[in-house]
Amino acid sequence: MTTPTKTGRNGAAAGGSHPLRQSRVRIGEKSIETILVVAALISIAVTIGIVVALVGPTADFFTKVSFVEFLTGTSWTPLFAQKEYGVLPLVVATIEVTTIAMLIAIPLGLGSAIYLSEYAHSSVRKTLKPILELLAGVPTVVYGFIALQMINPILRDYWPGDRKPDFQNALVAGIAMGIMIVPTVASLAEDAMSAVPNSLRQGAYALGSSKMQVSVRVVLPAALSGIVAAIVLGISRAIGETMIVTIAMGLISDQVRYNPIEAMMNMTTYIAAAGSGDVPVGTIDYDTIFAVGALLFIVTFALNALSIRLVRRFREVYE
Amino acid sequence: MTTTTVPARAAASVSLRKQRTRPADLAFKLALQACLLIAFAFLVSLIVFAVYQGWPRLDSRLWTDMPTSRISRIDTAGVQSAIFGTIWVITATAAICLPTGIAAAVYLEEYADNTRWYNRLLELNIQNLAGVPSIVYGILGLGVIARGFGLGFTVITAAITLALLVLPIVIISTREAIRAVPNSIRQGSYALGATKWQTTRRQVLPAAIPGMATGSILALSRAIGEAAPLLLLGASTTILFNPDGLDSSYTTLPIQIFNLIKQPSEEFHQLAWAAIVLLLGIVLIMNSAAIFIRNKFQKRI
Repeated sequence: MTTPTKTGRNGAAAGGSHPLRQSRVRIGEKSIETILVVAALISIAVTIGIVVALVGPTADFFTKVSFVEFLTGTSWTPLFAQKEYGVLPLVVATIEVTTIAMLIAIPLGLGSAIYLSEYAHSSVRKTLKPILELLAGVPTVVYGFIALQMINPILRDYWPGDRKPDFQNALVAGIAMGIMIVPTVASLAEDAMSAVPNSLRQGAYALGSSKMQVSVRVVLPAALSGIVAAIVLGISRAIGETMIVTIAMGLISDQVRYNPIEAMMNMTTYIAAAGSGDVPVGTIDYDTIFAVGALLFIVTFALNALSIRLVRRFREVYE
Repeated sequence: MTTTTVPARAAASVSLRKQRTRPADLAFKLALQACLLIAFAFLVSLIVFAVYQGWPRLDSRLWTDMPTSRISRIDTAGVQSAIFGTIWVITATAAICLPTGIAAAVYLEEYADNTRWYNRLLELNIQNLAGVPSIVYGILGLGVIARGFGLGFTVITAAITLALLVLPIVIISTREAIRAVPNSIRQGSYALGATKWQTTRRQVLPAAIPGMATGSILALSRAIGEAAPLLLLGASTTILFNPDGLDSSYTTLPIQIFNLIKQPSEEFHQLAWAAIVLLLGIVLIMNSAAIFIRNKFQKRI
């Protein structure tokens, strides 16, 4: 706090600790500040801890399996007798389930966001938004079991054609995951749309626009970076989600599967399935958990960083 | 002259008041409402389905009896060890993450000079951690806390892992609550000669309690429903006793539900749905309480 005038409120608060006369050093005050700093540094320790936990076993893994084999192989069977370490089946399954989830979460989430931000009265919004947020509070094991026992039987009943969806499949897991992500997308997108200044809307109304035109042609483009951030965050959630896919998508990864009504295994499911037994440290089985975990961490970390950048952009423009 | 202007003005006001609604506009509005309606319908049908499926097993056996993996004993099986496991783990999680998270938030809001690069890094890092998948925290718990620190598959390992998982939520929500405290309160306190910590502890924190409570309840509710990281931390074995300490083996409600789901027969699934109703009840009550507190106290400061 050597520069009290640099920041608005903090600066003013700091004014208190810089009285006109130099005050005596208070040991209590200093030690409390130290405790607070240590608490804040724990978050850095967590990031370092994650990286450290991932790096060692991942490096071990790549001494036994080549990088090229890992990234281009089309069969992932580390837990079988015939061991193969191509991560593509897991990656393709992840992409499929994420795509299905976003096909549901983007329209429903953005539609809800536009309604809450542009159409709903503030009293209506105050009731509807919390109910929507309850969807985000439902534990993911519940979504998984709902997918398996409520959604999938309906899908199988009404599925056209003879090839019915499998007992577990990517489509049903994606549907449940999509609904789970709706509040994430809606909440961030609504924030972005609410931050669009009213003068833009009034200008459009003055030119004779209807409410729909204002929403679609003025508010949506103005809030675009925030909306993209909401979608990117949703994608990151979908890639990292574990319980829904573990329960409803399946455990098969012997080959790359493209048909979403088939059972398949994604990255998080493999980590959960391989890690839930007591795997001995130092074996390649143990290392595979961390190698897939490292890939998952890198992808979601990049998406989160992108999302944070985009959010900052809309905050800078309008706030 | 007057007779001609009056109808003209009347006509103008009529055209302003009565807007014709174009079909496309109406369809758009209905489509937006449908989006929300689908989400709400899903929430309602999820709850109704769970209660309907679990109804035959929604009785005291749920909390008086221990889990089983044998079909012959399913009639006298419940999830007692999972309920006690959840209470142990979540209490320890709260004891770790709430003080840490609040302290970190106080530092970032009241003490840190946010023009410094290291404080910005802290902030960015916390935002990023909030988006790290929960299973990755399971890997952290497995590699560093269970194996590295040698704490094993115990209540304390689970509690530390879950505490780190929800820490960003506690920090971010507490920061928002502290930021909402008007600066005049701080200046008044300083003017009376209070030190920085006295001001923070006696003025800022009490004023921020409702906001902090909301964030803390949401964070703990997330921790209660979380299963993925605990799968890697030894919670998935059938545990037939309640934990008796922080170094005890444990299982939790979501994990026990997952175990029941994996069983092939209908009886296990019925018990799973009953346990889901219990879990949903706890989580939805906590979420509602958090939202209620937020709405009630939002404008008082």
